[in-house]
This record gives sequence, structure tokens and C-alpha cells, in this order.
Amino acid sequence: MFLSILDAVSRWAIPLLLFLVPLWGILKRVPVYEAFVEGAEEGFSVGVKIIPFLVGMLVAISVFRASGALDVVSRACEPLLVRLGAPAEVLPLAFMRPLSGSGVLGMATELMKTFGPDSFIGRLASTMQGSTDTTFYVLTVYFGSVGVSRYRYSIITGLLADISGLIASICICNALFR
Amino acid sequence: MLNYIWLTLLLSGIVVAALNGNIEVVTQAALQSANDAVQICINLIGVMCLWLGIMRIGEKAGLIETISRVVRPVMVRLFPSVPPDHPALGAIIMNLSANILGLGSAATPFGLRAMQEMQKLNGGRKEASEAMCTFLALNTSCITLIPATIIAVRVNFNSANPTEIVGATIFATCCSMTLAVLVDYLFRRANRRTI
Repeated sequence: MFLSILDAVSRWAIPLLLFLVPLWGILKRVPVYEAFVEGAEEGFSVGVKIIPFLVGMLVAISVFRASGALDVVSRACEPLLVRLGAPAEVLPLAFMRPLSGSGVLGMATELMKTFGPDSFIGRLASTMQGSTDTTFYVLTVYFGSVGVSRYRYSIITGLLADISGLIASICICNALFR
Repeated sequence: MLNYIWLTLLLSGIVVAALNGNIEVVTQAALQSANDAVQICINLIGVMCLWLGIMRIGEKAGLIETISRVVRPVMVRLFPSVPPDHPALGAIIMNLSANILGLGSAATPFGLRAMQEMQKLNGGRKEASEAMCTFLALNTSCITLIPATIIAVRVNFNSANPTEIVGATIFATCCSMTLAVLVDYLFRRANRRTI
């Protein structure tokens, strides 16, 4: 039931938007095609503008991850999180969460393949993956698109939100699924 | 701040690789991810053109304005430095709704549009404005009502109940979002500046 509603939403949302907005536009006497092209023109310059920011950030994150430095950090924090009730296997995923969206999805998939989606680890990994967004990626792309390079306190806000999402995931999964 | 984080990630990675005796990994990771980054941006361009085009129609038809008017009471409180009828608020709302509904492809273009509008208010400076920080606090902590990607993965591995984690995810998201709004508010109060 829930799954079919979900399926319907994801199948219909975009076609509906593409149907309703231009229709509304023509009813309001907007020259729809001209307006579309005018808006779309910006897409290119924004996409190109992000490139240097994203290259810089992804290179640093990727070196940090591939070298094994991420594992070192996650091993150092292990006792703390295990005390909260998280199995040691999911810890690398917790540290990957703010750094890389595709990385975290890969890890969650791997964990579910190994332990099964209905194991405690599988459920916790699913919850953690869905609970916050990839802070570094979002900040890099969004600030990069307008040429802002001084992020002030927003990194700390983002990371604190990630930590609270992580702790909340561990607590709620322990309460619901243990 | 960012300078130090960036440097730490990069240098500690290289040091750890050197200590582990596999320094080649650094070269490979650096070159590969530089390539990936450009690929991601290129892939973003098409989607961006599509949604920014649709959004411009919506703007000209007064649709965005209507939406902003409905949510104004909340937005004015969250974004006190943005004038109440500024187009930035409409774009912010479109971005957050697309995020919540799980329309990832539409969320980014709307969000970048919101950033552009806020950057106009910011006078094109290189430093983030308060409104931008609040927006990104909301954006990074609120992901989606329905985590469609992970549900698809669970279905793929024959989970008996693929959607059972939705409640837990919403709970965790609410916690991180509440904290983000709170922390952002405290920071904003701590270093009061104009805009």
C-alpha cells in the first residue's frame, strides 16, 4: 500500500510539474517557450561555474578516503559510537555521510548485501543514509554556483546536524529494531 | 575555516597513504576524482537548464509568487534578512519542497536559483550571508520524506519490509533539522552583522 503510493508519487511528480507549470503559464499569457529558453540559458553558466569548486573538494575528499585516512579516523572514534549502540561495521558509513553521497550509498548497499536488509545493521545503515544530506557536496555546489568561498559558520552547522542525525539514527534504530 | 578543513583532508590523506606504503593511491584518487567532478557538473547542466526553464515560466506566470505568499509567515521568521516579497523566498520553498518529495533532480536547480537571489542581496561578496547559511542549514539537514533510493536498494535485496525504515528516517531527519535551525540561530545571534 505505502509502497504503491510512493511509486505513484515518484512516477507522477515530474510529469505533473511539466504539465501544470507551462499550462498555467499560457493561461497567464506568458510566452512559454521564450520564457523557458531564457531561464534554461542560465543552466549552462551555473554548471560551468561550479566545476573548479567541485574539483577542489572532490579531490581532497577522495584522497582522504582512498588513502585509508577515513578508516583511521573512524577506528579512533569506534569506542564512543559502540557505547551508543552502533555495531562497528556501520562506522565507516557514519564518517562517509557528510563527505560523499555516492560513497555512502555504495557502503550501505555493501552492508545490506553482506548482512541482509532486514538485519539490524541493514536497517541502521538504511536509516543513516536517508537521514541527512551530503554536507560537503551541498555546500561546495551551492556556494560555488555564486562564487562564495568563505562559508563562515555553515560548515559547523552542517556537521553538527550530521552528528545529531547520526546519534538520532542509532537511538531510534535501537529503540525500534533491537 | 574551509581552508584548514580542505588542507587537513588532503594532507592527512597523503601522509596516511605514505605511511601505509601505497602512495600510488593518492595519484590515482586525485586524478580520477578531478575527472569525476567535471563529469558531475556536465551531467548537472542538462537537468539544470530544464528546471531553470520551467521555473522561469512559473515566475512569469506569478506561480512562484503565489507559493511564497502562502509560506511567508514561516519564512520571514527563518530569513529575517530577506525582504518578505523577495523572489529568493519562492526559490527556497521550491527547493525544500522538491527535497522533501524526493525530486532530487529539481531540487538542485531551484536551490541554486535561491542562492543567486540571495547573492544579489549579499552584494556579490565572497563571504556567505546569514540567509545563505540558514538556507544551507535547512537544505543539508532536511533530506526527504521518502528516501526512495535506499528503499529501492532494500527492495533489490528482497527485504521483507522495505519501507519499515521510513519512520526511523523521518525521526532522525527531524532531529538533525531541529538542531541545524537552532545552531544556525545561535550563530546568527553570536555574530550579528548587517545582512
